[in-house]
Amino acid sequence: MVTNNMSAEKIRDRVDLQLVADMIKSGSRVLDIGCGDGDLLNYLVHFKQVDGRGIELSQEGVNKSVSLGLAVVQGDAEDDLKNYPSDAFDYVILSQTLQSIYDVRGTLNELLRIGQHAIVSFPNLGYWRVRFDLLIHGRSPMSEKLPYKWCDSPNIRFFTLTDFVALAGEMGFVIHRIVSINHRGHATPKNSVGIWTNWLAEEAIYLLSRD
Amino acid sequence: MTTVSNSNNAHEGSIPVEPAVIDLPGHNIVLGEQVPLSLVSGQKLGPFTISYQTYGKLNADRSNAILVCHALTGDQFAAEVHPITGNVGWWNMVVGSELPIDTDRYYVICINVLGGCMGSAGPRDINPKTGKQFGLSFPLITITDIVAAQKLVIDYLGIEKLFCVTGGSMGAMQVLEWASKYPHRVSCAIPIAGAARHSAQNIAFHEVGRQAIMSDPDWRNGNYYENQELPNRGLSVARMAAHITYMSDSALHRKFGRELQDRTNVSYGFEADFQIESYLRHQGNSFVERFDANSYLYITRAMDYFDLAAEHDDVLANAFLNTDVKFCLISFTSDWLFPSSESRQIVHALNAVGASVSFVEVNTDSGHDAFLLNEPEFFSILSGFIAAAADQSNI
Repeated sequence: MVTNNMSAEKIRDRVDLQLVADMIKSGSRVLDIGCGDGDLLNYLVHFKQVDGRGIELSQEGVNKSVSLGLAVVQGDAEDDLKNYPSDAFDYVILSQTLQSIYDVRGTLNELLRIGQHAIVSFPNLGYWRVRFDLLIHGRSPMSEKLPYKWCDSPNIRFFTLTDFVALAGEMGFVIHRIVSINHRGHATPKNSVGIWTNWLAEEAIYLLSRD
Repeated sequence: MTTVSNSNNAHEGSIPVEPAVIDLPGHNIVLGEQVPLSLVSGQKLGPFTISYQTYGKLNADRSNAILVCHALTGDQFAAEVHPITGNVGWWNMVVGSELPIDTDRYYVICINVLGGCMGSAGPRDINPKTGKQFGLSFPLITITDIVAAQKLVIDYLGIEKLFCVTGGSMGAMQVLEWASKYPHRVSCAIPIAGAARHSAQNIAFHEVGRQAIMSDPDWRNGNYYENQELPNRGLSVARMAAHITYMSDSALHRKFGRELQDRTNVSYGFEADFQIESYLRHQGNSFVERFDANSYLYITRAMDYFDLAAEHDDVLANAFLNTDVKFCLISFTSDWLFPSSESRQIVHALNAVGASVSFVEVNTDSGHDAFLLNEPEFFSILSGFIAAAADQSNI
């Protein structure tokens, strides 16, 4: 089918989404929060036979998703997660969204209440170019993954790979996998975040569980 | 007509309904002949007539049927020139060849609701026991009864499972009732601009409409059928008041503003100076040509009584436990009669039971009536969801 191939192509273009997809077992129950146009979800439904659901804020994204036959509701991660029962999903995905969420702890708790696993990806403020921008140029950092000027950015949380590891530990979550992605899009699986990883990763994906 | 026989105990106390003389296109079937329909009120109905219309062709394995449920003042003529008014069908932009509900692909059924006045049993019909029209002696009906009668039609058509049930406003209530009561008979459900219960505000508006009808001296406690004068003034005021609730403030301003009707100055009197007044009067006057005042009382009451959660310990989610039905809810930003928050409540209940649900709030200033108007965004969601579901069901 045309739509399936299109999804597969779009997924191949997005290294981060491909890596997220690789973390998900076939046939599982998946909630994709901030699912955009539904590309990842559509890929997972057709190629991994998941029972997939999505939440998306933009009407355009919801329309495209629903037109693909996906079960996507217009809503907001911070308001709508509370309605889902505990353990409703095997995986709850939060791609490139955590940096714009006000209640970070509450949202992470909700992810791992309704899901066995959470897959969280975000841009790394510890990336060397970002650090240099601030250190050398004295300007608020911008990068391919942090493309907004400080005054236009929807991002309200700026944190690094190491920050996230510390928060997950503090909240009692177990990190099963970390994949760091450098500016060339090369992904490297890690067991922990060392000093150099935090310098070189432009973004990262974490697979977490409660225990 | 006396139809008492000892083998027919099921009909003891059942109310038979003889159709008033009508000659409309479409299909009429007599239901409740063997077993009467048990109404929520405790009364039994049968035999009675239900009128419906169909578009498209039922496929060989009877898997492509879409039931379209009409709203309060709609009827079965969804996609054709109306036999009484001569206007285009109320969903002529949605149901038809190559339209969102594509009659080249699906078999579309639209049933005049029980209590209605386009052929289905209602207060204008004859009580064979008295030989007179029922008026207010017609039993009260509910959304549950309306859907139970629809299910008898679907049984009669030999359709095991409806591919889709959809409708707006009161139609959405029927969709929810179908999905809740007969989940194994529905593959996907699309309630549009609906609610799982009629709000206090909406009951209030309905009461205004009913009081307008009942204060018309020509209404005569509902026994007006043999008179020259029908309670048209009351019914027309009811329609005018209701029509305001179907639109939004900004749509009214966009369409009418403070423009005057056929004059350059106000009349300093009570003529229809403003275009909006003239428009509402026209809406009221044309409505009475096709609608029965008592039917309006009965159907508004059916909506008022609708409360899906109430039947399930006030927990809406319990109305959909273990459901396999795929839901797609659609609401409109400027709809203040059935606001998006009502749809969202249903979405939350469906999420709570892990149902497959899509939900879109369409951006428009057209108010509640948006589901009847040219809303390309709405059409694209509707056709996208239905086509994708049909692909998955190999239709």
